[in-house]
Amino acid sequence: MNKHEELRQRFSLKFQPFYYGHLRAIAIALVATALFFYGLLSLEMTFARIMGGIGELGRMVVLMLPPDPGTWTRTAIYLYAMLETLAIALLGTFTAAIVAFPLGFLAARNTTVNRVIQFFARRSFDTLRGVDILIWALIWINVVGLGPFAGVLALAMSDLGIFGKLFSEAIEAADERPVEGILSTGGSSVAVVRFGILPQLLPVLLSQVLYAFESNTRSASIIGIVGAGGIGSILSEQIRTVEFQQLSFVILLIWATVSLIDLGCARLRFAIIGARAL
Amino acid sequence: MGLAYAQAMVAKRRQLWLGSMVLGVCVLFSGHIAEISFSKFFDNIGAFTSYIGRISHLENGQWVVSDPIEWFWGWKKWLPLLGQTLLMAYVGTLLGALGAFTFCFFASKNVTASQGVVFVTRRLLEFLRTVPELVFALIFVVAFSLGPLPGILALAIHTTGALGKLFAEVVENADMKPVEGIIAAGGSWLHKVRFAVLPQVASNFASYALLRFEINVRGAAVLGFVGAGGIGQTLLEVIRKFYYADISALLVLIIGTVMVIDTVTEKIRHRLIGQSVAS
Repeated sequence: MNKHEELRQRFSLKFQPFYYGHLRAIAIALVATALFFYGLLSLEMTFARIMGGIGELGRMVVLMLPPDPGTWTRTAIYLYAMLETLAIALLGTFTAAIVAFPLGFLAARNTTVNRVIQFFARRSFDTLRGVDILIWALIWINVVGLGPFAGVLALAMSDLGIFGKLFSEAIEAADERPVEGILSTGGSSVAVVRFGILPQLLPVLLSQVLYAFESNTRSASIIGIVGAGGIGSILSEQIRTVEFQQLSFVILLIWATVSLIDLGCARLRFAIIGARAL
Repeated sequence: MGLAYAQAMVAKRRQLWLGSMVLGVCVLFSGHIAEISFSKFFDNIGAFTSYIGRISHLENGQWVVSDPIEWFWGWKKWLPLLGQTLLMAYVGTLLGALGAFTFCFFASKNVTASQGVVFVTRRLLEFLRTVPELVFALIFVVAFSLGPLPGILALAIHTTGALGKLFAEVVENADMKPVEGIIAAGGSWLHKVRFAVLPQVASNFASYALLRFEINVRGAAVLGFVGAGGIGQTLLEVIRKFYYADISALLVLIIGTVMVIDTVTEKIRHRLIGQSVAS
């Protein structure tokens, strides 16, 4: 009894049938649910439509089985398209990393030359990031024409925004002590970057680049839908021509490749930074 | 000592050189496959800058910001589409989070005893998040016909896979002592999940779901490219038809919305995570 009273005093809030936190939680849940149902209604998600669609989907899945590329020539075409996808992802990531590396220093508070430049670098990265890869692809297609080159440029643009932000944050998070050590022995600002910041930074950056490469493999496999090279063009073509068995083969191919790349990158990352989390 | 150091340095250098060479070869090979052409790039780079120039000027040649009313002339049409995009992202994220919530406990070794169930659930979630959502959208557009419905389902499926993994990791990192307490008191599997695990993980779940909402807003904005609803359809149209001022207007609308949502969700997420640390 005594103990009960003690608990009641210590957690008085929890013993009230309704307290402010409760009411707020209920209100949030109500609003969230209401918005959800409003969404279902206004976006025409009726039960009949969903059920009809699922039936149709079932028929499509039956048509997709078993996955079959058709002829060997077709298989070769798909494998080449997949290779092209990987090439786009690699080059996009590589280009963005090379360009973002110096710009990252400009956008970091502790290494920038000027606060104004830092501000503008940050905002430019935000803008680059804000535009989706598919939109970049459409823009670059206008410039260099249809094909994988536009895809590379699109990936590079959007990654530049991501890397610029991540790199500059990593530079700002770098330990100050090596920097002070080099300054105290009379090192120049170049020496500060080379011997004070870079050794801490490189493993982190490499791991971030590997992460980006993984996600870029995914992106590179869809930019073909708007005509920027890679396996995406084959995907949309097969859906238009209702070649479902080949479609399922290509989807499995994408899945297998992305999984392999994820696995490989995870291993490399582990080799570079060890068990330390990002 | 000195010798060992020298040897270690030599080994490290060799590794670095080997790594750079492999990367270099891959880059050159990729450059060949991806039809990289510097001449094409530098010949046409003017087209890029002039494109930027054109999208920042109105039909009458004026700088876009000089006449915002003319620039955003289609706002009556665009704002509802933007709202639809946000709603799609919201419904898709919520459905996906519910799916992830259901699956994550079966994908966590510490609450599900059967190794087989854990393995199968994990592979399923992996498949859902590995296949890009636009691929799902392409297929769903055929099955469910055009409109926001296939887009939402594609978002929901991808979200289930992505959040399912994150949720499962959170559950696996949960403190097991409350779980043991429930078992000792004779609680069922559901009691274990509800009273021991859920209170520990709820705020992390909400935080991850919000992060996913951010990502899904970006995703929903381009789902329209394949006919799956939202503002993407209009954007694709104006890009293809070269309505330059409209392109920049729509981009500004989308980027602005994304930035506002990022800031708001980040604030909420910090509060959520702060709460979980405090309690």
